[in-house]
Amino acid sequence: MASTETTKTSALRDVMSVEAGLDALEAGVTGGRTPFRQTFGNKILPPIVATLVVLAVWQALISFKIVDDPTRLPSPADVGSEFKRAWLEGTLLDYIWTSVSRGLLGFLFALAIGTPLGLVVARVKFVRAAIGPVLSGLQSLPSVAWVPPAVIWLGLNNSMMYAVILLGAVPSIANGLVSGIDQVPPLFLRAGRTMGATGLKGAWHIVLPAALPGYLAGLKQGWAFSWRSLMAAEIIASSPDLGIGLGALLENGRNASSMSMVFEAIFLILFVGIAIDLLIFSPLERWVLRSRGLLVKS
Amino acid sequence: MSTTYVKAAESVEHAARLEHVSKSFAGPGGQQLVLDDISLDVAPGEFVTLLGASGCGKSTLLNLVAGLDKPSAGSITTHGRPALMFQEHALFPWLTAGKNIELALKLRGVPKSDRRGRAEQLLELVRLKGSYGKRVHELSGGMRQRVAMARALAQDSQLLLMDEPFAALDAITRDLLHDELTRIWEETGLSVLFVTHNVREAVRLAQRVVLLSSRPGRVAREWQVDIPQPRRIEDAPVAELSLEITEVLRGEIRRHGQH
Repeated sequence: MASTETTKTSALRDVMSVEAGLDALEAGVTGGRTPFRQTFGNKILPPIVATLVVLAVWQALISFKIVDDPTRLPSPADVGSEFKRAWLEGTLLDYIWTSVSRGLLGFLFALAIGTPLGLVVARVKFVRAAIGPVLSGLQSLPSVAWVPPAVIWLGLNNSMMYAVILLGAVPSIANGLVSGIDQVPPLFLRAGRTMGATGLKGAWHIVLPAALPGYLAGLKQGWAFSWRSLMAAEIIASSPDLGIGLGALLENGRNASSMSMVFEAIFLILFVGIAIDLLIFSPLERWVLRSRGLLVKS
Repeated sequence: MSTTYVKAAESVEHAARLEHVSKSFAGPGGQQLVLDDISLDVAPGEFVTLLGASGCGKSTLLNLVAGLDKPSAGSITTHGRPALMFQEHALFPWLTAGKNIELALKLRGVPKSDRRGRAEQLLELVRLKGSYGKRVHELSGGMRQRVAMARALAQDSQLLLMDEPFAALDAITRDLLHDELTRIWEETGLSVLFVTHNVREAVRLAQRVVLLSSRPGRVAREWQVDIPQPRRIEDAPVAELSLEITEVLRGEIRRHGQH
């Protein structure tokens, strides 16, 4: 008996050591942080170079008098001084804040409506058959089409802006959640059910976290749609009561035939869209994907 | 026609009892019988492997026992909800290894204060101490299956169902996991119903091997395996019995080619 015990123990020790070795061999090698120089060279430098090239071409068009009409193409310096003037008058940040606060608030409303809507469409067959196709169809409807009816229904005020944002962003957010839920591997659902995660518990612990990447992609698109809808609304429906947002700035520039003001507005709209994406959505998406091992460093 | 969970307090004669279980699915040519009149008992603490070629309905049978599906006829009795392990690890990638185990504990109603300690204990049982905070993608295939095993054990069920859990692993890792499973089974006194198409694996692990015929699945034969543990897959007695079972299995498969 003693001898079988000894063989058992030594066999066990053998298993343990082999297993430890195998674990060490097979566990993925995880690299540390990328050094800053590499990040700079791969991520930061290229867009700077691209911007400089565009500025250089633009300046060349002016300097070599290829386009010799400041009402068509202002020089970079003119646009720069437009920025400087707005900054010195203290209105630059006002323009940005008017639009950004509207855009983000509208986006939050869209989030609060689009999320439950997406859940219901994904989980209730009847609702899906009823409004699923409309919901995806709405995504291809330019949100500028909503501006005239919104003005007629709600008048020239902030609620009209929010209505346009909602109509633009809610379908994207809902659709993102629907496709995220559709792509949850059935295996996760089965595993959840064997552990007792059914019904609401299953939705909370399994379905929603599994659908998160698709949902985030929907949010990102939802923001882009919010921003675009808002700009359309601001350009078309400008009124002194509404304050001057970026869309109104663009419209004012057109009315004043000031091409440098128009350029200023376009740059600001582009800049804000990119900045929100880079500061909020991209890091969020990267974090989710990385924590699940779905982001491969190239 | 029913799947019944009996409370553990009642007399435990069987970890699982299948009586005249049949299952058919609606197929292209009408109803297709997948399982035909299967009766099978798993005693408490017993290790049974279900062996069969493709189309014998092994996985269907496990789904029925797990309560994921209902039998068309017959009854299945288990004590509480059985734990189920799949061929794929089925760990949730948004949780760490430890949190995966804690989710099983939480769904079972273990209070929050006890979960962390219990999860660490279970990780130690599958020899993954220190992997609590690891993400699923940071673990190797064998480590993932061990975490999945720990998560299944966290359900604290009398019966562990395993659906070809090692089929996707390489041979060395599989050998190790056989050793681990035998050890854990001996330590915990669990009943195990293990499905596989690998004859040697069946003989290596089980106290009893049940061979299912294919299309429809019926119990074709049973073998008691009296070879003492620890066994190795290359031991002579294991090989000998495997050969015998393989012959019968081949006979079963051959019948299908004749018409």
